[in-house]
Amino acid sequence: MQADLNVILPEIVLAVYAMAALLGAVYSGRDRLAVPLVWATAGLMALLAIWIGMGGAGTRTAFGGMINDDGFARFAKVTILLAAAAVLVLGQDYMARRGILRFEYPLLIALSVVGMMVMVSAGDLMALYMGLELQSLALYVVASMRRDSIKSTEAGLKYFVLGALSSGLLLFGASLTYGFAGTTLFSGVLAAADGQAPVGLLIGLVLVISGLAFKVSAVPFHMWTPDVYEGAPTPITAFFATAPKVAALGLFARVVHDAFGGVVGDWQQVLAALSLLSMFLGAVAAIGQTDIKRLMAYSSIAHMGYALMGLASGTVFGVQAMLVYVAIYVAMNVGTFAFILSMERGGQPVTDIRSLNLYSRAEPGRALAMLILLFSLAGVPPLLGFFGKLYVLRAAYEGGLAWLAVAGVIASVIGAFYYLRIVFYMYFGEEGEALETGRSAVQWGFLMASAAVMVFGIVNMFGIETMAQAAAATLVH
Amino acid sequence: MTIAAMSFYLFATALLAGGLLTVISRNPVHSVLWLILSFISAAGLFVLLGAEFVAMLLIIVYVGAVAVLFLFVVMMLDVDFAELKAEMAKYMPLALLIGVILLMQLGLAFGNWQMAEGAMDARAAVTPDGVQNTAALGMLLYDKYFILFQLAGLILLVAMIGAIVLTLRHREGVKRQDVLAQMYRDPAKAMELKDVRPGQGL
Repeated sequence: MQADLNVILPEIVLAVYAMAALLGAVYSGRDRLAVPLVWATAGLMALLAIWIGMGGAGTRTAFGGMINDDGFARFAKVTILLAAAAVLVLGQDYMARRGILRFEYPLLIALSVVGMMVMVSAGDLMALYMGLELQSLALYVVASMRRDSIKSTEAGLKYFVLGALSSGLLLFGASLTYGFAGTTLFSGVLAAADGQAPVGLLIGLVLVISGLAFKVSAVPFHMWTPDVYEGAPTPITAFFATAPKVAALGLFARVVHDAFGGVVGDWQQVLAALSLLSMFLGAVAAIGQTDIKRLMAYSSIAHMGYALMGLASGTVFGVQAMLVYVAIYVAMNVGTFAFILSMERGGQPVTDIRSLNLYSRAEPGRALAMLILLFSLAGVPPLLGFFGKLYVLRAAYEGGLAWLAVAGVIASVIGAFYYLRIVFYMYFGEEGEALETGRSAVQWGFLMASAAVMVFGIVNMFGIETMAQAAAATLVH
Repeated sequence: MTIAAMSFYLFATALLAGGLLTVISRNPVHSVLWLILSFISAAGLFVLLGAEFVAMLLIIVYVGAVAVLFLFVVMMLDVDFAELKAEMAKYMPLALLIGVILLMQLGLAFGNWQMAEGAMDARAAVTPDGVQNTAALGMLLYDKYFILFQLAGLILLVAMIGAIVLTLRHREGVKRQDVLAQMYRDPAKAMELKDVRPGQGL
């Protein structure tokens, strides 16, 4: 038991911290502690990320194989923790000024991160479900955090109802899988399902994939994404677009490789279809959007399509490409949302992209940073986002899915339009009301740092290539 | 026919009938009552399987708490169920189509159900020999699935925090009881004596 607990020590530390902080904040009363708690939570997450990142290599399993601690889990956990810490710090100023910074907010995020850490290290269908529910339940609550806004409440309710439906699909699929294999352990399913999957297991597999596709918002399970992104307060939208995506993709990779690694051919076509639809819908549907939060929702759908393309190739290199892609995606999104959070006019947040008209004249530095980020999101060479795309395209090509890679290039060209349109507004738009963005130094710092990463990362990608390679090697058998 | 077989058919029939009537009853209160019947029948089936603890749990938790809660909600909420049903009827053809397709797919899956070799042996026995039901469940929950049990506890904690965050709010301008202020109150502070002279007001 001692050895088992050692494996999940970071999760235990975070969960105990959340409970202790909850007690402390409740006793001290009201939301006075909210700001220090945000910083403390972010600090603890960053420390845990360093701890996990510096921790020893090797694979450990705990609780009879229900929890795995391998290179893949560590890579995903570090990404999740750093993304969550960054977004917490970014959104604090925004939420405090609009009176929605309550002390429960950082703690719910912390508990949700515990769920994500369980998700990416799950080695059992039941542990998978527990992690997923812990993560989602906290997210449903923070989505409707802004009680006075109908849109925020709608976002929370929509997310909750559709999330419950997807959990139902996932559970049904898991029960069929259990019925076939007689065990819920991934290792047991892997041993049982080798070669050809019978119809019963196939339906189970498809249902599990549908449930997971809901969580990564892949088409055709994406309907909730634009509404939730638009309705939720912006700092929470920024959180939705980063850490949960990494966790859900990590879980996706774990299920298809760890549990269904014996029937690659059966899930490969499903993932390829999800990827193709996501890339095209994300690219085409975003063209008509004028709200930058909705636009980022469609952008995230498209990006998930690319990440799934890496996974669909079914190879070690594919998993590596997915990890690199998602790490770059998170870095880009943190910077972009740092800018979106700072957009306001007369103290009120603005999300219309036309408000960016001729922004470059007022703030050339920030406009340049945003230009770099948008080019990177669109995948324009030689920025880091281009190399992420190159990676997944290569993985798809080497995995025998050349048609998917070609479709990915076409979708990326279509998608570039709406990113470039924002750049056009910033540099060549019409005269309009000025936009204020200069309030928070933290947001400025993250915006600039993220843009710098997009430029200087092309030298050696900060070494994530080799880390992702080692991580992918531990996952694929 | 043995008594066990007879009770199986009795409970199974009651369960199916209860479930069906729950869905098609016009009066929502009747629906909840039929739901309670199906819970009790399911508990009976569990007893027949030898899982007494789960059976008792079903009666205590579902019949005792959940169903009664349902009953309260149904009686207190003023929901026009006829209108809701009319709304639902619009989507009926599509729902039927999806339902039929799903049914056919599941028929295909269960029709030639195949299990992996050794799946039956991998499955733990429902009622292990020589161990009491409750003890066997305890061994699973607190030993083998310890981590899952703790995670379930965390999920419930999040649900509780969520319910409080979303519903509790301190309204301004509402008079609240302040017990200490009431106790520290004394006549010297609460009253002021005025000496009113005859023929003059205050």
